[in-house]
Amino acid sequence: MDAFTTLDGLVAPLDRANVDTDQIIPKQYLKSIKRTGFGDYLFDAWRFLDQGTMGMTPNERQINREFSLNLPEYQGASILIARDNFGCGSSREHAVWALKEFGFRAVLAPSFADIFFGNCFKNGVLPITLPAEVIDDLFKRVATGLTLSIDLRAQTVTDGEHVHGFEIDPALKEKMLTGMDDIDLTLAEAELIRSFEAGHRQRQPWLFRD
Amino acid sequence: MSSKPKTLYDKVWEAHEVGRRSDGNSLLYIDLQLLHEVTSPQAFEGLQLAGRPLWRVDANLATPDHNVPTSVRALGFDGITDEVALEQVVTLDKNCKAFGVQQFEILDPRQGIVHVVGPEQGATMPGMTVVCGDSHTSTHGAFAALAQGIGTSEVEHVMATQCLVQNKAKNFAVNVTGALSEGVTAKDLVLAIIGRLGTAGATGHTIEYRGEAIRQLSMEGRMTLCNMSIEAGARAGLVAVDDTTINYIHGRPFAPKGELWNQAEDYWRTLVSDEGAVFDASITIDASTIAPQVSWGTSPEMVAGIDDVVPDPKDMNDGVQAESTELALTYMDLQPGQKITDIAVSRIFIGSCTNARIEDLRAAAAQIRGGKVAANVSEALVVPGSGLVKAQAEAEGLAQQFIDAGFQWRSAGCSMCLGMNPDQLGEGEHCASTSNRNFEGRQGYGGRTHLVSPAMAAAAAINGHFVDIRNAQHQQGGAG
Repeated sequence: MDAFTTLDGLVAPLDRANVDTDQIIPKQYLKSIKRTGFGDYLFDAWRFLDQGTMGMTPNERQINREFSLNLPEYQGASILIARDNFGCGSSREHAVWALKEFGFRAVLAPSFADIFFGNCFKNGVLPITLPAEVIDDLFKRVATGLTLSIDLRAQTVTDGEHVHGFEIDPALKEKMLTGMDDIDLTLAEAELIRSFEAGHRQRQPWLFRD
Repeated sequence: MSSKPKTLYDKVWEAHEVGRRSDGNSLLYIDLQLLHEVTSPQAFEGLQLAGRPLWRVDANLATPDHNVPTSVRALGFDGITDEVALEQVVTLDKNCKAFGVQQFEILDPRQGIVHVVGPEQGATMPGMTVVCGDSHTSTHGAFAALAQGIGTSEVEHVMATQCLVQNKAKNFAVNVTGALSEGVTAKDLVLAIIGRLGTAGATGHTIEYRGEAIRQLSMEGRMTLCNMSIEAGARAGLVAVDDTTINYIHGRPFAPKGELWNQAEDYWRTLVSDEGAVFDASITIDASTIAPQVSWGTSPEMVAGIDDVVPDPKDMNDGVQAESTELALTYMDLQPGQKITDIAVSRIFIGSCTNARIEDLRAAAAQIRGGKVAANVSEALVVPGSGLVKAQAEAEGLAQQFIDAGFQWRSAGCSMCLGMNPDQLGEGEHCASTSNRNFEGRQGYGGRTHLVSPAMAAAAAINGHFVDIRNAQHQQGGAG
């Protein structure tokens, strides 16, 4: 996984609450058996005016010129600001794959849905929870070409002279900073798992079919 | 030793906690992983690339469900005309064979929606930890199993280690007192709960549904209830074990037999929250106050009783909520103050992991009463949750009742719940749907979903618009 330490980037806004993963990446693109190829279809039904299908490229689509991510001032943004409960709905990790491939490495919102939040950390995309009034203020100023500096180690988002601290689970922070592989980390505890499993089999033998 | 009263969630969690790391996260042992074609291929590929085996082959069970066509099942793979979808279903088949995972393949009568198949086979048992790369895994919580939807990286992690790395969630009690009225089902109950909690109301929590009304629900009703826990933000929902649970599991193919059954039953009966157990949050709802529910917006929290009207954003104090409502009403093409019973529908979908079990089909068929699908309804689909549900409905004569009334009788799969297969809404069409999500475009590009119970969907099919099924008079109007 890609590590995440610091990020200086342009901010783009998505001013809607409860953005669900069906919006982030619609179902017709979930048929792929790969982890890549989703960026072109991020927020597909909002970015484009026509109905997209797998394999279409953005230059053969009808662009929705009014949608925030299509506005010239937000091109090249790597930080997305969003509203409450971002990423609700389906567990599809494709949503994070699409955001990352499009260019977003951090999402700032007052709250996130649980499964999406966890999926971000598997892919080096940093979800940052900030108070609603801070997010509100960022929305008000975003059109001026707002850039932010994120420092994960220091747990800060710096906005000009303002520095906003944020909370993060220490384990998730460490994982992001190092880009460690989760499975390697857990397999280092394989003996512990095996010993638990042996006891579990004794306590609840009906759970084992072999 | 003092024994602090524990919640059901505490008990199942503790029985699976392999260890706690210094950073506060736990390793949680997983008893069952359900697999389907959409979220597993990248995980299998990851295992293969790293040269890792499955930790425990017998803890996995697979079936294709999201992509399978529901109209031409007898052709098997050849019935899938979308090449990309075909590759995904074939990949699941190849992976299951390569790794030795048991699969109910596309032509197996036991194939169906994973969350229907697991319980039906008795593969879901009380006190288990269950995961699947699908957010509606919460369904299995009806059995007092800690069942959670996970992303594909976590699917691969469970394949390789039989564990999840997780922080324990908080405990949320949803107490439902009293009894549901005639014509009001588990679906209406859960929609009302989501309406009350909001779509993020239980984020970070595991819900336990408690109280008299929950005890009265059948296992299928409890599955419907737990299924939509994720729509209130909770990764998992639970119902404590009682006779209803035990009786449902007894005799199913994967259930323990003989002495092992007795041993299992003794343990399962301990899977209830202790008297005095403390919950971090709770709400209490009086079941008798709940009317049949219909969603009017683009989030499952946007629901109203059938006797109510579409809300007016002008009445809302919260600016973000008012704006969301306005966006939703524009997308849905509904007017503030419009009566819910005045919403016409042109498509009907009876199916999904929420409502495609035999009791759902019985409740839907009971609304037909010799009527026909209304002239303004262009298509009414009935998609059973599994091949076995389908066979049972045919044996009971339900299938014929649907067909005679003008419904299409299909084969099992996720179908138009998310429209990954050819079953999709057209732009602007209003659909009475027994599924779980009314997000923009969920059932088809530009489609407008109204979430309802199976009985409400069937009654809407016959009348061409929503009707209050508690009021028998609506049937005399015929196709209105």
